[in-house]
Amino acid sequence: MREVAIVGAGMTRFGELWNQSLRQMFVEAAAGALNDAGADRVDSMYVGCMSGGQFTGQEHLGPLMADQFGMTGVASVHVESACASGGVALRQAFIEVAAGVSDLVLAVGIEKMTDGADVTNVLATAADQELEVYYGVTFPGLYAMIARAHMHTYGTTEEDLAWVSVKNHRHGAKNDKAQFPTEFTVEQVLSSSMVAEPLRLLHCSPVSDGAAAVLLCPLDQAKQYTDRPVKIVGSGLATGSLALADRDDPAFLDSVQKSGERAFKMAGVGPRDIQVAEVHDCFSIAEVCCIEALGFVERGKGGPAAKDGFTAIGGCIPVNTSGGLKAKGHPVGATGVAQAIEIFRQLRGEAGARQVENARLGLAQNMGGSGASSVVHIFQGV
Amino acid sequence: MPSPRYTREIPSRYRLEAGRCKGCGKVTYPARTICPSCRGEEIEKINLSPRGKVVTSTVIHVPPDDFLMEAPYAMAVVETPEGARLMTQVVDCEPSTVLPGLEVSLEFRLIRKEGKSGILCYGHKAVPVA
Ligand SMILES: CC(C)(COP(=O)(O)OP(=O)(O)OC[C@H]1O[C@@H](n2cnc3c(N)ncnc32)[C@H](O)[C@@H]1OP(=O)(O)O)[C@@H](O)C(=O)NCCC(=O)NCCS
Ligand SMILES: [Zn+2]
Repeated sequence: MREVAIVGAGMTRFGELWNQSLRQMFVEAAAGALNDAGADRVDSMYVGCMSGGQFTGQEHLGPLMADQFGMTGVASVHVESACASGGVALRQAFIEVAAGVSDLVLAVGIEKMTDGADVTNVLATAADQELEVYYGVTFPGLYAMIARAHMHTYGTTEEDLAWVSVKNHRHGAKNDKAQFPTEFTVEQVLSSSMVAEPLRLLHCSPVSDGAAAVLLCPLDQAKQYTDRPVKIVGSGLATGSLALADRDDPAFLDSVQKSGERAFKMAGVGPRDIQVAEVHDCFSIAEVCCIEALGFVERGKGGPAAKDGFTAIGGCIPVNTSGGLKAKGHPVGATGVAQAIEIFRQLRGEAGARQVENARLGLAQNMGGSGASSVVHIFQGV
Repeated sequence: MPSPRYTREIPSRYRLEAGRCKGCGKVTYPARTICPSCRGEEIEKINLSPRGKVVTSTVIHVPPDDFLMEAPYAMAVVETPEGARLMTQVVDCEPSTVLPGLEVSLEFRLIRKEGKSGILCYGHKAVPVA
């Protein structure tokens, strides 16, 4: 396997981008990544998108985006794993470069959620249609059940969960790409409108548009493009049952644990070696479950981590320095690539007001559905 | 919902038909071809007891369009005595009282209507045991 590096990154702002179409967002992010690296071609592209079909009626995104990008002819394919589509696109690009099949591969995540589709119904297609959605459950509802199980089993409180949102909005307030760069207090979170008990509006990631792109090449060619490449040293993908009812412990995310273990093994490091992480906080409880499953805290002990400052910038392991999905926004297919970009910036010392001092090893974890798929990457500055 | 799909799902939805693995005893609802625990393929059909206990729950305040008129409503993962778990609405009670540990019975009810002219979709809902 060849060593692989990220040499360029580009992304749109996240938010309600009413004036930008799916294809325009793609081109903005992809061109940003190529310009960043000073590259003028790609050999292959992976387009991570949860559902261009349902959100905008557009499928067949591989060739469409290659054409829009002025690259008709290159290999280009759409990959899907619900909200983990972006992370999976990155993994496919990594594998293709590592295998020696292509030298310059672009991984792009995109989603256009505000074009009028019934977002709740579209998102629910990532859950089990026959066993869950049929009966009226929503995505926030599934995570609410995970939250209640966590509270019931481990004593996690609504205030613990609120602190995850407070912390991530504090981080996101320093991110000019974020959809909601606003700080909130615990009281504001706990008095926001109820979505699915015990989760309220300010426990939820928003509905967003956006695109994010990274350019990968073999490490030994990276200096052609940048002085500061970032190596991808580990990649792990794992699955879990689609239906929450099929999991022994609904408060634990097995797929996240497995994907993390695989990435750590490939990288030859452990959770204690990581200095900055982006994890999939689509709902506040998800961050709690993810830091447990990744081994940053013990199982059942994730609740107070945000409140205690453990996961804040300046804490032991800063989590979601970008603002996370909560504050930065969650254009579902774009998220996994945007997480990688945050770690890329952190490891290059380019994160500005949210820079983590001396960050050398970073991790990004991106999840699909209520945890039915999870993909983890580990990055190292060089 | 296309009617072939609806028809296919009738045995589990109407009669609570599940499968038990002859190899390891794992019960899945609905029955599967391959056991998710041991990959065994000898699966016997069983009928679940129409009762169980709430494993975890929520109250949905922002519903999908089809359930707009019902919100807020409680939903739960319910475990039957056979060890099968299923997602259900919990009705005929104050939604906020549906918490882990609650004993429920499973009753055959209308689940959803497909617009004005679509099919009526049935299945089970949970009701707290008095
Ligand atoms: C939580 C949710 C249901 C709220 O949707 P909604 O009830 O339609 O809320 P609205 O869009 O009417 O927003 C109400 C207000 O809150 C703001 N807002 C919406 N979501 C917000 C969020 N997550 N954080 C902060 N503010 C938010 C809006 O800007 C709006 O402000 P305004 O009144 O000043 O314009 C919706 O954002 C949602 O479904 N989120 C989850 C998305 C999801 O499941 N993603 C996949 C996860 S894997
Ligand atoms: Zn078995």
